[in-house]
Amino acid sequence: MHLSELDVAAIWLTLELATLTTALLLCIGTPIAWWLARTRSFLKGPIGAVVALPLVLPPTVLGFYLLVFMGPNGPAGQLTQALGLGTLPFTFTGLVIGSVFYSMPFVVQPLQNAFEAIGDRPLEVAATLRANAWDCFFTIVLPLARPGIITASILGFAHTVGEFGIVLMIGGNIPGRTRTISVQIFNHVEAMEFTQAHWLAGGMVFFSFFVLLALYSSRRLKPGLS
Amino acid sequence: MSIVTETITNTITGPADSIRARFQVNYSGFELNVDLNLPGRGITALFGHSGSGKTTCLRCIAGLEQATDGYLDINGELWQDTAAGIFIPTHKRALGYVFQEASLFPHLSVKRNLEYGMRRVATNVRKVPWDRVMKLLGISHLLDRMPNRLSGGERQRVGIARALLTSPRLLLMDEPLAALDLKRKNEILPYLERLHDELDIPILYISHSPDEVARLADHIVLLDQGKVIAEGGLQETMARLDLPMAFTENAGVVIAARIAEHDDVYHLTRLEFSGGSVLVARRPEPIGQPLRFRIHARDISLATSRAEDTSIANLVPATTKEIVEADTPAHVLVKLELGNTPLIARITRRSCDQLKIVPGMQLWAQVKAVALLDQ
Repeated sequence: MHLSELDVAAIWLTLELATLTTALLLCIGTPIAWWLARTRSFLKGPIGAVVALPLVLPPTVLGFYLLVFMGPNGPAGQLTQALGLGTLPFTFTGLVIGSVFYSMPFVVQPLQNAFEAIGDRPLEVAATLRANAWDCFFTIVLPLARPGIITASILGFAHTVGEFGIVLMIGGNIPGRTRTISVQIFNHVEAMEFTQAHWLAGGMVFFSFFVLLALYSSRRLKPGLS
Repeated sequence: MSIVTETITNTITGPADSIRARFQVNYSGFELNVDLNLPGRGITALFGHSGSGKTTCLRCIAGLEQATDGYLDINGELWQDTAAGIFIPTHKRALGYVFQEASLFPHLSVKRNLEYGMRRVATNVRKVPWDRVMKLLGISHLLDRMPNRLSGGERQRVGIARALLTSPRLLLMDEPLAALDLKRKNEILPYLERLHDELDIPILYISHSPDEVARLADHIVLLDQGKVIAEGGLQETMARLDLPMAFTENAGVVIAARIAEHDDVYHLTRLEFSGGSVLVARRPEPIGQPLRFRIHARDISLATSRAEDTSIANLVPATTKEIVEADTPAHVLVKLELGNTPLIARITRRSCDQLKIVPGMQLWAQVKAVALLDQ
């Protein structure tokens, strides 16, 4: 193996970041996706568009605004400072927050599609069988949306692992704290350490391939009633 | 139609043994405006073309749709009263709903599907025993299967059982047979008849099939463009000449009879009803068994005297009550009565004039075909 201590630290940090981000996104994204799937409000369009913004914006734009927002003079920065937490840019927590925004559409959209595919009928059937809305959500909606939840988790995780621009903008390049694999590859290339870059880059290719393979194999499960 | 009195839900006797439903719904392009007072027992059929508001009406009763203005009282239990600001949500209404497609939960086995509703009903409210439902719908051998391993008919039976196991005070069925082919329909109809005969749960049944209605219903509500155009007992309503139902090829009457005797020499069975009897090909049922049959208006011809030289076996004396225009200018509909059983004959205007048929006249009705309602 040609992985240095710093490389290994970057791998662990990346996995930690992706796991935490995915877990947070499943918690935050599920209600957002459910709301988007069910609402008839005029806000559906605007909110859907905001969630999808990271799909089209350069990560540097998102990173720049988050930096301003969480920086010492930004509203979030003022708040965190008032709470005695310091500022979030260039910390792991700041990186997690950035990743949550950045990977949001990759989690929300598959969940929303899965919820929409279920339709009204199972909810109506459950209601006639005495299940209230929460009961129905946990016993019918979530099990039926399982393929969508799996897709959302895989995409959210993989996309977070692959992020670069936003990490550089709000994470900086601090070993063990904000230096992820993608940044480490960049460092190696800058230092002309092509062999090390190969190990990490090749690993990413394999990882991404198997993630997508898992994703497409899980597509067998379809929601809906029989 | 007798209802076997082994009551399961007899603790439920509200002040009035009836269902009062008044709904007003306005969507763009559709309006439902009904005021129904239905019997609190037996099967009531909501009958009408698609778009007549049957399903909307049923969904309002279930609370799946909230009428702009509504009042709903089920045997003394108030489910909706817009004026008083009362709207009980669906999951708190003691109803069973059978959808057109069985809508079983695909991630749950048949057993877990059946238990889903039952478990959410308090033990002391469970009045419909598990074993009884298994037997009634013949599904005990399917419990371990997943819904996608069931045939359409089996699925629908499980759907009905699932609704029954919540011990509903009212069972709503939205064309439960419409998605099935004829073979599956016939497979399931006997189970529905048993439901009617053995359980004392009022059923509201949507259908657009006259045969299904004739076979199952005790009471019928005719809907057209969101309004009730007729309502009443099945036999009287089907025999009314002022309803659009009379102006179709399938106009006719439904008669409730029982098996009076079997003739083993000629392989015939005599069916007796109030006011007369008819002969049909030998039936397997025992003597005394109730049976419904239908006589289409086009299958009756009329004669002023008893014809001896005819092969038609069923000749019954009847009194002419009323003559009206039929669906074509060439025909008229003649309403007759045998005792208190109504009959409708569709004959040509020419024959009517030649025989000089007028109300009050005694005639012989020659019944060419009797459609038993179980085929």
